Amino acid sequence: MSFALSLLTGVVLGSLAMFVAAWSIWWERKFAARLQSRPGPTEVGPIGLLQPLADGLKLMQKEIIIPRAADKLLFVISPAVAAAGTLALFAVIPWSETVGVAGDLNIGLLWIFAVGALLVLPQWVAGWASNNKYALLGAMRSAAQSVSYEVPLLLSGMVPILLAGSFQMDEIVAAQQGGRWFAFWPPGPGALAFGLFYLCSLAEANRIPFDIPEAESELIGGVTTEHTGMIGVVLQLAEYLHTLVTAAVCATLFFGGWEGPGAWFGMEGFLAEGLHWMVLKTLVLFALVFWIRWSWMRYRSDQLLKICWHYLIPASLALLAVTAIWVRLVEGA
Amino acid sequence: MKTLDIGGVSVPAELVKSSWADPWLDIDDYDAESDLMALNMGPQHPSTHGVLRVKLFVDGEICVKCVPYLGYLHRGVEKLCEKLTYVQIPSVVDKNDYVSPMMNELAVCMAFEKLCEIEVPERAQVIRTVVAELQRLASHLLWVGTWGLDMGGAIGGGGTLFLHTFRERELVLDLFEDLTGGRFHYNHHTPGGQRHDLPAGWEASVKQVLTFIEGRLPEYEDMTDNRIFFARTKGVGVIDPVLLMELGVSGPVARASGIDHDLRRDAPYCVYDRVDLRVPVETGGDCYARFLVRMAEMRESIRLVRLLIDSIPPGPVVGAKMVKLPGAVKFKQKEWGSAYSAIESPRGELGTFVIGEPKKASPWRCKIRPPSYHLVSLLPYICPGEMISDIVVILGSLDPILGEVDR
Repeated sequence: MSFALSLLTGVVLGSLAMFVAAWSIWWERKFAARLQSRPGPTEVGPIGLLQPLADGLKLMQKEIIIPRAADKLLFVISPAVAAAGTLALFAVIPWSETVGVAGDLNIGLLWIFAVGALLVLPQWVAGWASNNKYALLGAMRSAAQSVSYEVPLLLSGMVPILLAGSFQMDEIVAAQQGGRWFAFWPPGPGALAFGLFYLCSLAEANRIPFDIPEAESELIGGVTTEHTGMIGVVLQLAEYLHTLVTAAVCATLFFGGWEGPGAWFGMEGFLAEGLHWMVLKTLVLFALVFWIRWSWMRYRSDQLLKICWHYLIPASLALLAVTAIWVRLVEGA
Repeated sequence: MKTLDIGGVSVPAELVKSSWADPWLDIDDYDAESDLMALNMGPQHPSTHGVLRVKLFVDGEICVKCVPYLGYLHRGVEKLCEKLTYVQIPSVVDKNDYVSPMMNELAVCMAFEKLCEIEVPERAQVIRTVVAELQRLASHLLWVGTWGLDMGGAIGGGGTLFLHTFRERELVLDLFEDLTGGRFHYNHHTPGGQRHDLPAGWEASVKQVLTFIEGRLPEYEDMTDNRIFFARTKGVGVIDPVLLMELGVSGPVARASGIDHDLRRDAPYCVYDRVDLRVPVETGGDCYARFLVRMAEMRESIRLVRLLIDSIPPGPVVGAKMVKLPGAVKFKQKEWGSAYSAIESPRGELGTFVIGEPKKASPWRCKIRPPSYHLVSLLPYICPGEMISDIVVILGSLDPILGEVDR
């Protein structure tokens, strides 16, 4: 029974995530348009709300061109693997005390790191199977970037684990109850860990300023160069999903999950907790990605790796040590 | 700062290198196992600014050899010029440097006027200077935006910069539309003056637009004033001024490498001798220096237009002999004759060499010296040793227009 329930929740949540990811394209386009002083989509539906539907319909009609020299099987399945892997990340997100698939998995965060690290594989395979030089360069960049940024991502992700004393996602949220959100408490390490984690997540999800695997002004489309029609869309959607799940993970680890700011003042009810707070936090952190993306240019690949190995990894190591000392001395764990 | 005297030109000593990359590198000797990857960048690539095809031999991501291939946009303009009359030619050369058509027209018209000894009235001279500077402004605005695209991508921060600069460029194009009826291919200049006189109230709208754009220029500087932009441009693509002189490169690229050369000041045409031109020169030689030079040039253009716009003298805009029918302008001498005239286009020296056949209404030969051609010829020297990402930025910072390279 509980398995069937989990399955049902999973299907519903997964579809919702796909839905949100598709609609976030509308949101991103509107957001970017305001940044660029233009109106953005206005024609399809009220304020262009149905634009993703129209885009989807158009893209479904596009021919899927598979290059003759491509590895057909890998070429076609890699986007599906990417999307499936990203959706698997949603499994351990606790959306509220009751909503979630496996929020009580005792290795929740490990699951996110492990599956997240696997996601470089479909990216790399997509580039390799295309048999295109630009896609190959993109794939290599993608591998180098993901492998490097995995390290500080993991190390900064260890900070909330230390503070909460658990890998379990809903326990991490429970440890932040009462306004002790890890982004603000302990002052300093929490905020820094959030910054590092967020930065590395951007790199993991290939967003500007770290989007060098698909730097379209250099590599045309990077790994996605040869992917057309729906398989290209699925690859893009997987990236959006990855960004979305990153935002959700950040909200869980650093911003108290489903707890609302009402709880700080001893209030109860919908101001203090609920699904809506988690969704709101996720969407705000998601929008932050757009803001960064549409404001900055991108780094060069060697500069990108230099930032990681020279600054982010030492910083996250130091942060981890400081947090460990804090936990030992102040909280006396 | 230390300077060196190279052939009478003083250049920053620190930029002068002892050797350049070998553009004729034999790739089979260099790499007998053929481990290098030959990467064709273009002719259809988002960042080759048109249809330039650059063949790169890359070792990983580092370029070892770079060979530009030209001719994808060849339209036989020079041959066409031999069949068309002097009056018809300006409308054809519009399409050469399609980012600054006014400059192309001006360049050929000045050569024809020199050849056929046509007087240009005072009013036309001033208007020519004004539209040339407005065109420079529009061209540089386009450059800032598209260069942003090279670094930040169309979907990203680069796109934001691009759309902002295009909004301002649009205003200049609107001015030209009021003036000529065309937004891109103006057909405005003609041997002996202009085809169109200024519409009523044009000066006022020019001043309005200039005020608007001047207020926007600091915005671009704000948008580019960040770590990432500096990391991508500072110290990237440093060009030796001696190499620039060897290859005949002029314009903002040369000025960014410390060569203080500007035809508007050094060989004045139109009414440039009457204004006090301040030529911006940078000594960095890198992509960032080229950005600074072009930003300063935009401000200088605004200043020049402001100086001239109120003092446009009354009178005709075409000479007395000028009629609009083709064939009305002839090279009247009995002997063969030739003329060369050059202007400072937004990319450098845009010259026209024309040979006139006795008593004919079309030139025997019309050779156009485009500055972009020389910019593209730089690539084999400066690209080796750079990463693919940097090559895109360097190519963008040179600002070659392929319509003008291939003609």
